[in-house]
Parts: sequence; structure tokens; C-alpha cells
Amino acid sequence: MFAAAALGLMVSLALTLVRAVLGPTVFDRAQAANTIGTIAMLLLAVMGFLNGRPEFLDLAIVYGLLNVIGTIAVLKYFRRGDLGDSGDTK
Amino acid sequence: MSEVLNVISWLSLAIGGIFCVIGAIGLLRMPDFFTRMHAASVIETLGAGLILFGLIIQAGWTLIAVKLVMLFLLIFFASPTASHALARAALAKGMKPLLKDEERA
Repeated sequence: MFAAAALGLMVSLALTLVRAVLGPTVFDRAQAANTIGTIAMLLLAVMGFLNGRPEFLDLAIVYGLLNVIGTIAVLKYFRRGDLGDSGDTK
Repeated sequence: MSEVLNVISWLSLAIGGIFCVIGAIGLLRMPDFFTRMHAASVIETLGAGLILFGLIIQAGWTLIAVKLVMLFLLIFFASPTASHALARAALAKGMKPLLKDEERA
């Protein structure tokens, strides 16, 4: 049953990748990248159980933390045009 | 492990996988950025929640279950934050949500 969940996750990974390639705006691509990160976290967890080595969960946690930081950094860059912007609206 | 817990865990894993595929199909097929964002949130709530729930049942009362709960909390708090930032950035850049009367993009 782990294999079925992994198969479903891989199918959704492929569909999301198509959206990331097609996506008309940069925000579609950022959304698709964020979703790919979430699915990759789940896939890491499921594959750890599938191989009988659940130590992969540490990798999944680290990947999730990096995914959030990366998404928000990309969005800040495209919204403000500068990663060092303080965010004050005048 | 009792058979009942096994069946519950398998059902959660299977239904979570189905929800992930549904969310990905929505992400591919929806007409507009904001509706696509809505479809992607299915993956981050029901898909991730059910799959992690199934894995927690399989792990039992171990350190692995604690790590899975941490993973769930990470998704639970971080992905709405990312979605909020995404919607605000898109609105600030002047993207308008698709309304009922307009043409499909």
C-alpha cells in the first residue's frame, strides 16, 4: 500500500511539473515549485517506509524547511524587486 | 499491530494519494492563477494530512511518529503562509482574479 501512495504522489508530481513548465506567469511557477516541494516531502516519507528505512524523515523535514524559505524568498524578490527590501510601504 | 489499525492506515494512504492526484489535476486544469492556488491547497491539507496519518499509524509509538508529527506541523503552518505570500505578491503585481463573465484565459 506504500507503493500505491508513492505511485499517486509520483503522478501528481508529474502533473505539477507540467504546470511549472506551462505556467503563464511567474506566480504559477512559484506555486508549482512550492507544491512540488510539498509532494517531494511526502514522497521522501513514503519511500522511507517503502524501503524499510524511515530515517529518510530527517531529509523530508530539512527539505520542507528549505522549501518554505525558498518560496518566500522568490516571492519577495518578484514582489519588491530586491531581497534586502525592508517591506515598509510608504 | 491489529488488523483494524492496518486497514485504517492503508485506507488513509490510498485516499491521501487519490487526493494528491485530484489536487494535481486541478492545478493543471483550472483556468486562472487564483483557482489553481485553491486546487493546490487540496494537496497540502487533505493529501498530506491523510498520508502522514497513515504513516503515523504504521510507525506506532516511536520516534518516527514524532518526526512525522513534526512534518505534519511544518506543512500545517508553513504552506498557508506560503499561499498567503503568493496571493499577496500576485495581487500586488496587478493580477486580477478571473470573474464569472470574463472569457476563459
